[in-house]
Amino acid sequence: MSEVLVDLLKILVFPGFIFLSLYSLFVEYADRKLYARFQNRVGPPWFQPFADFVKLLGKETIIPHEADVKMFRAIPLFSLAAVCTAFLYIPVWGVKSLFPFNGDAIVVLYLLTIPTLTFFLAGWHSSSLFACLGSVRTLTQLFAYEVPLFMAVLAPTLLAGNTGNWSVSGISAFYGSHPLLLLVNIPAFIVALVAIQGKLERVPFDIPEAETEIVAGAFTEYSGKLLAMFRMSIDIEMVVVASLLAAVFLPFYPAGGPVLGFVIYIVKTLAIVFLLSAVRATMARLRLEQMVAFCWRILTPIAIFQIVLNLILKEVIKI
Amino acid sequence: MKKPGSLFPFVMGMLTKKPATNMYPFIKTVMPDRFRGKLKFEQIKCIGCKMCEKDCPSNAIEIVNVGEKVFDAYVYLDRCIYCGQCVDSCPRKALENTKDYELANFDHEHLKVKI
Amino acid sequence: MSRVVVPIGPQHPALKEPASFTLYLEGERVAATNVALGYNHRGIEKACEERPYIQDIYLIERVCGICSHSHSTAFIQAVEEIAALEVPRRGAYIRSIIGELERIHSHLLWLGVAGHELGFDTLFMYSWRDREVVMDLLAMITGNRVNYGINTIGGVRRDISKEQSEQILKAVDILEERTKFYIKLATEETTLIGRLAGVGSLSREMAVKFGATGPTARAAGVKRDVRKDDPYAAYSEVSFNVITDDHADVLGRTIVRVMELMESVKIIRQLIKQLPDGPISVRAPRKIPAGEAISRYEAPRGEDLHYVRANGSEKPERVKVRAPTLANLTAITHMIDGGYLADVPIVIAAIDPCFSCTDRMISLREGDRGTETLMDWEGLRNYSLEWYKKNRGIDMNKIHALR
Repeated sequence: MSEVLVDLLKILVFPGFIFLSLYSLFVEYADRKLYARFQNRVGPPWFQPFADFVKLLGKETIIPHEADVKMFRAIPLFSLAAVCTAFLYIPVWGVKSLFPFNGDAIVVLYLLTIPTLTFFLAGWHSSSLFACLGSVRTLTQLFAYEVPLFMAVLAPTLLAGNTGNWSVSGISAFYGSHPLLLLVNIPAFIVALVAIQGKLERVPFDIPEAETEIVAGAFTEYSGKLLAMFRMSIDIEMVVVASLLAAVFLPFYPAGGPVLGFVIYIVKTLAIVFLLSAVRATMARLRLEQMVAFCWRILTPIAIFQIVLNLILKEVIKI
Repeated sequence: MKKPGSLFPFVMGMLTKKPATNMYPFIKTVMPDRFRGKLKFEQIKCIGCKMCEKDCPSNAIEIVNVGEKVFDAYVYLDRCIYCGQCVDSCPRKALENTKDYELANFDHEHLKVKI
Repeated sequence: MSRVVVPIGPQHPALKEPASFTLYLEGERVAATNVALGYNHRGIEKACEERPYIQDIYLIERVCGICSHSHSTAFIQAVEEIAALEVPRRGAYIRSIIGELERIHSHLLWLGVAGHELGFDTLFMYSWRDREVVMDLLAMITGNRVNYGINTIGGVRRDISKEQSEQILKAVDILEERTKFYIKLATEETTLIGRLAGVGSLSREMAVKFGATGPTARAAGVKRDVRKDDPYAAYSEVSFNVITDDHADVLGRTIVRVMELMESVKIIRQLIKQLPDGPISVRAPRKIPAGEAISRYEAPRGEDLHYVRANGSEKPERVKVRAPTLANLTAITHMIDGGYLADVPIVIAAIDPCFSCTDRMISLREGDRGTETLMDWEGLRNYSLEWYKKNRGIDMNKIHALR
């Protein structure tokens, strides 16, 4: 009985929902502050993302006349639920996540696809012109970055092989005990970093939400509590994705217990957020066909090359 | 030669520089000497010719006779476009632009001031 | 595939001013465009007829915020030509210096807006930060950051002292260095070039046929610049190049504008060095004798044309303003059709539209019949209510608040 309660506490408070929400607000602050400093500006104060969230909660929720009301209200909840669930399988303070099982790497990747599908559905059910254009662009972009991202995360999984059990915790443990193998995975890391910008819909891949072309894309008709939930789910998606990359590609686990492990986790995720902000500040937005061409012609071959390399290495080293 | 992310080293260097923003309400910018802000009126010099009223593009200044060759000037701060034509037109140089630009107000009546 | 109608405007984040571009899309490609203007019409030409010339200077200056000095100088040059006033050399030099500083500020503003339309906010922030150098300089010389008010009939109102000249030269050095940074950026950053190249093409023949002017035409190789073809103020006494480019697309326009920044710096240095002594204005009469004149000015966006007709009284009889954006707008549909939806904001931004300058009253003559329709206020209001009911399905009479 007490085990169930402890598990429930872990899911809801730490490292579950409450910790995830607060950390995602902090990560949004870090991203916006870095972006501002790169542009020689001051940037928002530390409580700004929280203030934005509270402000949105207080606004009136307007639902367009022709939209499907039930779906309109339900979609943000699905998005939030999917990203929060994905976090349960990613290690936070060590090599073991909350509920690891064999094959949860694949489950995490698919859970991370759900938010993108909800963005598409959100735009589709809004019955508004700009929202439809945005949602169609979201799907087109999904076809572009999904394959390189999956392959880039698949490559280190293949190298870990049976020892890793195809579970994120297992992969972390495997690389924790063979730290030098991380150097082999660097091309996949770069591919994953670029593809992640597409998943999070940030410049240079923020085509589905291009403010100067289609107003706000799939979120044009959203307002109030529903928009707050969408924005929260985007922030949490950023934390989850950064944690996934940190767990799979950056395996530094000095033995020191959970507190040190937690601090290392924070440092790793913030380093990835730093890189993502820097990319956001240095590039312009690509056009849709340029992005698809780039992903299929440049990212996918590198990812395939990495997979082949890892397979050969696995046979050679025989671990 | 085209390089993707060619701004990257420059952008990294920006982290070491101070932000270029003026923190306005806490540090007020002082405008240069020629800045045309709120008008100032010297009653002694005014002769009541009303050239300023005639030349004002937006009817923002009013000269009122309050005594024997004594005149008061009223300015509508919301109509004034701060062009300074009245300053140039005055034959006795009784008007002058100050550097005051914080003239906003919640109440419409307070925007007609005696200068 | 059926066509989707996307309204860009009148309210749209891509536009800085209201204008209506209705796009008919097939997939992501634009099949046809419909342009509707007039949202910024303020009746300035009529207002000019009811005010004396000295008040009109400030009214005409406020036609546009970015090219205010262009309009004011063009108007005053026309009035001075009618009144046969000879502006002293020092006054003409000061007018040119302010005009070139305005060109710098306008092109830096354009660079930032183009960056923003492309999602490249870093370029936006950097170029507007550098624009502050020019704004502070203009505030120091003229007294205001926009709408400078430096012109008066017969010359200029404020003089440039020795210290101010030194400060101008120092600031211009900083600007030159920053411009070199932007040139490097425009020729090296892959994502930027990928968005700018091949977009919004306007070949040389088409540019001449549509009557494009300014950087839009010069990017297609048409070598037209009013400062060289018909010099005014002090431009006949300085040497500079007219920048043209062969790209004939948005990248060409970017390059032309950035290189024009360098030329402006060169011109300002020559003007300051050669600044003659003497008075800055001559005394102008209040009543301008009867006559009419046209004056042309090279605004940052192209050729600005003013026509003034005087009839001997204190107020002008007719003032007509033809802004450069009107000449460039006729080419817009040609540039947008066949392109992608994602390119529409940057193509519109590349002609540097200023709809405030453009919206004047034009009466269309129907074909050969020469008929004209004039509506009064009530008629216009009823026409608009009918139009919205028919075309957009909005019945204004049902909205309580408007009754």
